[in-house]
Amino acid sequence: MKPAAEEIWTWLDEVPDPEIPVISVVDLGIVRGVAWEGDTLEVAVTPTYSGCPATSVIAMDIETALRDRGIGAVRIKTQISPPWTTDWLSDKGREKLMDYGIAPPRAAGGPECCPRCKSTDVKRISQFGSTPCKAQWRCSDCLEPFDYFKCI
Amino acid sequence: MTQVDQGQLFEFLCRMGDNTLVLGHRVSEWCGHAPVLEEDIALANTALDLIGQTQMWLGLAAEVEGKGRSADDLAMRRDVWDFRNVLLVEQPNGDFGQTMMRQFLFDAWHLEMLKALTGSSNEQVAAIAAKAVKEVMYHVERSGDTVIGLGDGTSESHKRMQKALDLLWPYVGEMFVADAVDAAMAEAGVAPDLAELRTACDARVGAVLAEATLAIPEGGFAHKGGKTGVQHSEHLGHLLTQMQWLQRAYPGATW
Repeated sequence: MKPAAEEIWTWLDEVPDPEIPVISVVDLGIVRGVAWEGDTLEVAVTPTYSGCPATSVIAMDIETALRDRGIGAVRIKTQISPPWTTDWLSDKGREKLMDYGIAPPRAAGGPECCPRCKSTDVKRISQFGSTPCKAQWRCSDCLEPFDYFKCI
Repeated sequence: MTQVDQGQLFEFLCRMGDNTLVLGHRVSEWCGHAPVLEEDIALANTALDLIGQTQMWLGLAAEVEGKGRSADDLAMRRDVWDFRNVLLVEQPNGDFGQTMMRQFLFDAWHLEMLKALTGSSNEQVAAIAAKAVKEVMYHVERSGDTVIGLGDGTSESHKRMQKALDLLWPYVGEMFVADAVDAAMAEAGVAPDLAELRTACDARVGAVLAEATLAIPEGGFAHKGGKTGVQHSEHLGHLLTQMQWLQRAYPGATW
């Protein structure tokens, strides 16, 4: 018997993002579709940034998680259109990011506040950070540097 | 809408992919050598975006060619005369200022080109452009800010940025000169008329350089021959020996 798509989505929601393990690949919004093609489960995944090295690890993690649930035939399909946007981050994902110390993306182009002390007096150190999806910011009150998830 | 010649489409895709590949490799040469940690990380991330875009452009080029080659084959197993990047991107890094000037001059063109390509009649081209344009907006914002910061910085940084601009300006023209391939792409609606990109590009470049207190060199001379493959500068061969050595020494190696 083939598990239903809804059930598969809940399984995938337990697969952590390799770079930011507090959020799942579903929270990140990169799983675009789950469908059975005969006896093969096809999972459509979109890359965050085109050169993100985590992309292949994510595909492997998804495949492993599904195999552990007994699904033998899994095909990962890379889908680049429409391009990934941070609008696809789930609300749950945004909260978890904040708790983890990463300010979630905002259309305004910068973090709302420092993830640690919640001060709104923050400034940018660098447009790029430890991964393609992040920028470096610093809180002017508690003086701690922090990651900001870039809005794209 | 005219039918696209697949050979010309392949050429066009190689131009897009070779630009990002060669520049991506150049920028990655800074990894571990940049003046400060933040810049090192920023350069590495920019290089990563460019290499990622290369994967998409050359991947599509290989598919269009239909000879069973992959993006990796095109990147690692072609020689200088088969590369179709503009001469600007193969120029050596020089100092940090020169690298950022090269980046800015390319980014300004790249952004306008990708914006136009999002409306391409070829769906795959439009999809790649839509993905890449978001990344390139970040690139140009950063390279533009850095050119301003260094140009309008100390007398030493200003001097070096003007020198970099004088050196690199003659390589800008090639990006806007259309040949038969570009004309065919424009006619089929695959790519824009290159001359039309110039206005928006010049506006951005002019505004940034003015704020950077830098003077655009006089004269319209442009070095050409990179994107047609007629004549690359000597620097590309040296770059390829670094980039391709593993696949040359151990063809087909994987890990």
